[in-house]
Amino acid sequence: MPTIHVDVVSATEELYSGEANCVFAPASTGEIGIYPKHVALLSTLKPGEVRVETDKGFEHIYVSGGIVEVQPDVVTIFSDTAIRAADLDESKALDAKMRAEEAMANSSGEKDLLSTQAALAESMAQLQMISKIKASKL
Amino acid sequence: MAVGKEIRTQISSIKNTQKITSAMEMVAASKMKKAQDRMLASRPYSEKISNVIGHLAYAHTEFEHPYMKDAGELKRIGIIIISSDRGLCGGLNTNLFRSILKDITNYQAKGIEVDICTVGKKSTAFFKNTGLTIKSVLTDLGDTPHFDDLLGTIKVMLDSYDEGEIQQLSVAYNRFENTMTQVPTMMQLVPMVAGESDNMNHYWDYIYEPDAQEVLSALLTRYIEALVYQGLVENIACEQSSRMIAMKSATDNAGDMVKDLEMVYNKARQAAITQEISEIVGGAAAV
Repeated sequence: MPTIHVDVVSATEELYSGEANCVFAPASTGEIGIYPKHVALLSTLKPGEVRVETDKGFEHIYVSGGIVEVQPDVVTIFSDTAIRAADLDESKALDAKMRAEEAMANSSGEKDLLSTQAALAESMAQLQMISKIKASKL
Repeated sequence: MAVGKEIRTQISSIKNTQKITSAMEMVAASKMKKAQDRMLASRPYSEKISNVIGHLAYAHTEFEHPYMKDAGELKRIGIIIISSDRGLCGGLNTNLFRSILKDITNYQAKGIEVDICTVGKKSTAFFKNTGLTIKSVLTDLGDTPHFDDLLGTIKVMLDSYDEGEIQQLSVAYNRFENTMTQVPTMMQLVPMVAGESDNMNHYWDYIYEPDAQEVLSALLTRYIEALVYQGLVENIACEQSSRMIAMKSATDNAGDMVKDLEMVYNKARQAAITQEISEIVGGAAAV
């Protein structure tokens, strides 16, 4: 029986690598089954279970979304490790700005003041960027 | 005996420093092992995703993503600079900054402006004073960086590319060659440079689900993030090994200094004793 090579990887580790009879993946449009000699396919994944069928039985791997690439004899599944948000984390940037402002109010030395001023300018730039992104999306 | 009190104090202070440096060396050595493991663990992802990008470059895609084609004449470029948060790691950061500054000067000579994004306290402190525009800053990542931490920073730069502010984006970091060698590296992220691929010249294309644009955007963003993340973990491995080497040589140097000072101290002590004896003998003879 022909087999297909399956790799399941995430940014921090290799989750599975080996030959399989077939593999099932939770594509964003519905679960897909991939057998050897499948046509080339590129699809996004939604969170769910990847099942790899080998001679020894099923291998179950949970993926939190990602991408699958199918070539006739190789399947590569990229699992996400990060939770994706469409926007930059605005509250973090705001926090950074507040911290910079706080430090500036409390600072005594001129050198301290200079470096916190620079930090403030940086977070201001970040915030500007965010509002620009938001404006362009509206 | 009052002889050489200063020298003794100096010796003991050097010995204290030596204890600290040797402790730091051991800490760095154990952290280095973990950092290297992490670096190796994240390699399959970036290698596999590079392969897919390689395939993609040869596929006749129905939709050409902006990241894959030239953005036109270079007017302004972006560089993501990855450095360590802490110092005492030899010339690691300095070498990287020097090579980046050289590249930046080259670009500026051609009339191309440079925007930067700094990761790590050292690069933030250094590039603050260069007059370049810092687009975003990321510090305090620690020894175990999370993928999530990077997303915002990368997004700022990619958005700036999307809007046409910059026409090219690169990442600069120290590549981990081995424990003794770290190589300052500048790698272009977008527009992508086509990789190697094996015999895929016949006409073919993927089936895309849900549609080409969405899948390609998701894939290319992940590819870029994977490259930057790989750069970051490599830089951490470099930092630890470089710190280990630096602390080892500091410990050795402290040992040499102690040896020299002890020699000086013993000589002074011997001279004092000899002088005392000759004074006693002289005194006895006079009586």
